[in-house]
Amino acid sequence: MNNFRGKTLSWHVADGVVELVLDRAPCNEIGLETLGELEHFVASLEPLARESHALIISSARQEGFCAGADLRELYRESQPLAREDRLIRVRDFLERIHHVMNALDDAPLTTIAAVHGVTFGGGFELALTCDLIITDKMARFCFPELRLGLIPGFGGIPRLKRDLGNAVVRDLLLTGRSINSTKAQSVGLVSQVAAEGDALRVARATAAQIGKFDRDTAIAAKRFIKPIPYEELRREIDIFCDLFTRPAVEAGLRRFVESTDALPYLP
Amino acid sequence: MTLDTTTDEILQLAAQHFKVPRAQLRPDDDFFKKLGINSLQVLDLLTRIEQHFHIELPDYELQGVTDFRTLAERIQSRL
Repeated sequence: MNNFRGKTLSWHVADGVVELVLDRAPCNEIGLETLGELEHFVASLEPLARESHALIISSARQEGFCAGADLRELYRESQPLAREDRLIRVRDFLERIHHVMNALDDAPLTTIAAVHGVTFGGGFELALTCDLIITDKMARFCFPELRLGLIPGFGGIPRLKRDLGNAVVRDLLLTGRSINSTKAQSVGLVSQVAAEGDALRVARATAAQIGKFDRDTAIAAKRFIKPIPYEELRREIDIFCDLFTRPAVEAGLRRFVESTDALPYLP
Repeated sequence: MTLDTTTDEILQLAAQHFKVPRAQLRPDDDFFKKLGINSLQVLDLLTRIEQHFHIELPDYELQGVTDFRTLAERIQSRL
């Protein structure tokens, strides 16, 4: 399927490049509906890859690339459930999102995240599945999960650890602070920083350059230098589930959902 | 750079980006109320400040900061 327009995202193919565009208010929070449409996308990857050489993931939302998991939905859905049922529900969600993230990570295409604005939590983790991250000057990256009593659950830490030094990973994880695109480039996370509003244009130019090379070679190179850390990803799901049913997490989620604080996004 | 200079540059930056006349902004103003901005826009302001002053300002240092002068003090400590 070359074109799709869903409720939370859309994709199309242009000049051998698949463009996946996130578009769910307010800032592409990933809940069940987005998950379902992402699953639909990764199920379509094989036929898309037969006529394409690159994938660009971007956001149509002015606020940013993606603010992460839909915590309001997570809280609303888990509230009526008993402890065991909450655990079953959250593990099922994690297994499904990991399947999506692993498929994107392993896609037989050169993948580029074209990022602007807020790229937090699950949004950061989505960007980390890509081979290249291209940002505009206003992008900010953050793992705020520890403020909820959790660790990132969409594969973020194993992927960040694969790509960056452990000290940078600890800084981001343990302080929960956000960093801008200049800092992200200086630590090796971001490959190019574009002018404000120009990340997608630069990503398209990069995808065009990538299209000049032999596909089989590009795929072989990608699989050689970008192994998927499956074992750590499995451990991440287990640790997340161990933490999830603690009262501190429920309290943290409630605080976030009910917050009237002017800075709910700030850890 | 003095605290007054830093404060003035922040006010200029905020006025320019959030389309508020510079003359209406004072160092002791609550920037949430005066600029009418939400948490996402505060992150936007933080990024512009980091770029303008060539500093890193961890966002936890902004917790509880609501006025331009205190913001300028936080920036001063990173210059």
